[in-house]
Amino acid sequence: MTTTATRPASRSSDRPRGGRSRWAATARALPWLGPTLLLVAGVVFFPAGYMAWTSFRDLSQFGIDNGPAGLDNYARLLEFTALPRVLLNTVVWVVGVVVVTVLLSLALAQFLDKAFPGRRFVRLTIIVPWAASVVMTTTVVYYGLDPFYGIINAFLVDVGLLDQPYGFTRNAVPAFLTAMGIAVFVSLPFTTYTLLAGLQTIPTDVREAAQMDGAGPWATYRRIILPLLRPALAVATIINIINVFNSLPILAVITGSIPGYNADTTTTLIFKFIRADRQIDTASALSIVNFLIVLAVILVYLKVVKPMRED
Amino acid sequence: MAAAVRTRAARGARGARSPRRPLMAVAGALIALVFVLPYLIMLIGSFKSRSEILRVPPTYLPEEWLPSNYVDMWSTPETPLPYNLVSTIVISVCATLVVLVVAAPAAYYTARHRFPGRLVFLLLVLVTQMLQPTVLATGLFRQFVTLGINDTWLAMILVNSAFNLSFAVWIMHSFFAAIPRELDEAAALDGASRLQILRRVTMPLVWPGVVTAIIFTFVACWNEFAASLVILTTAENQPLSVALTKFVGQYESAWQYVFGVSIVGIVPVVVLFALIEKRLVAGLTAGAVK
Repeated sequence: MTTTATRPASRSSDRPRGGRSRWAATARALPWLGPTLLLVAGVVFFPAGYMAWTSFRDLSQFGIDNGPAGLDNYARLLEFTALPRVLLNTVVWVVGVVVVTVLLSLALAQFLDKAFPGRRFVRLTIIVPWAASVVMTTTVVYYGLDPFYGIINAFLVDVGLLDQPYGFTRNAVPAFLTAMGIAVFVSLPFTTYTLLAGLQTIPTDVREAAQMDGAGPWATYRRIILPLLRPALAVATIINIINVFNSLPILAVITGSIPGYNADTTTTLIFKFIRADRQIDTASALSIVNFLIVLAVILVYLKVVKPMRED
Repeated sequence: MAAAVRTRAARGARGARSPRRPLMAVAGALIALVFVLPYLIMLIGSFKSRSEILRVPPTYLPEEWLPSNYVDMWSTPETPLPYNLVSTIVISVCATLVVLVVAAPAAYYTARHRFPGRLVFLLLVLVTQMLQPTVLATGLFRQFVTLGINDTWLAMILVNSAFNLSFAVWIMHSFFAAIPRELDEAAALDGASRLQILRRVTMPLVWPGVVTAIIFTFVACWNEFAASLVILTTAENQPLSVALTKFVGQYESAWQYVFGVSIVGIVPVVVLFALIEKRLVAGLTAGAVK
């Protein structure tokens, strides 16, 4: 490592020319990239492959491999009676949370882009749910919504929004909606910050020019700001889709103690397969399905956002 | 007429903001309140007595403030919290160190040198950034069982470092790439070795990027939940994020302790995140938004 690092002669071969020197240039890069490649190969790509392989094996509850299973694990998934509900939940979960998050963040970013006293403080408070553990944030809301000693429930009754405390976390549907609300809450910081960064790339004279031409604030926003915000919007939306799709802790805390699968997404179902049923083979099959969905979203990201372009 | 409209509009752009500013400040304060409200509930709850936090109907503020909760919370029966805290710290610190040592050379080299395979490497890094341990948890679990390191800190250090590596590479890469090459060349002409250039010239300039990478990785490891949930099965090995879920769904929970521990778990990472507030977006979105 050190010998490679201290050799100043390698500068001349920065721009590869012929066939052999091309390989030499790649070989020289390896000591620098090697550790990254090793870690990614060993802890990201190998488990992905191993998971794919496991999805075609018959595993006992104690992890003993009983030989090939063909497509049995995938067939068991399809026969799983709660699957349609879980798939529907997953779509509602991802679409609902991402759409609401993006809309609220657009408003928040627009607001925070303007100068007012205390803006910096407000921006800093928005960071809090981003930095805080999602488990901890969700846990305090779970406590607050308890129908007996929950402080949020009590507040809603005291201000007259509820006649009596409501069991938000007691049944699948309200608990699922509550979890969606929390998911929006913890997704707002990243989304708002990304959109704010996007807004700051729009020169003020573009806005002022539009206003001088007599465009109202709404027209300026829709015709000028929103189109220029497209790249930031694309990034925020796609990263949110992946995050929300992969989200486990919120539903695990809010709906984890509700029996049945009425409040599960494919992600939380995987963890029920692993932890409650110890069906690692079926869990692998479902994980592969999830993995392919995530890869598809990543492909869309690469195509729409083109983050690899160099300036 | 047109001129009149124009001047009014021009004035509107600058002048009209001031009368609305107090109103905006009030709206801003309300927004701030919404974002910190759960954590305020946490903070206040952490000072209540056990009987008061389970009282029906609940009290808004503690009748009796019990700072002693912050001492007693470490010996609650649901989970061994001191061990959970140590676990969280060990895993996060080690994973962050691994990320730094592994990512910095890769970020430096890809920013400074063109070589065949460079774009493929960067693409690989980008794709792993969008993968999360959650979607691979089953495979990771199987792998670590096979290797015999399931339920160990080592397993979680590997997971956390591998999945946070890409962010660190990207953000440091962008900082390295922003430094003019002439600076290196001048130093090289003065007889500095490549390692010396890295230490004396480049490092001070990329320091903000390095700090961002360190903080972001540390916070992500600190909060990691999904992989820890399946890989760490012994109560003593589990991080705080997993340990706290054991309080939920149990009746007569020691909520005041849950909140005390949450405050201890949240305050440091919020402070760290606030330090890199301006650079959070740049790294996460991998340069797609500037």
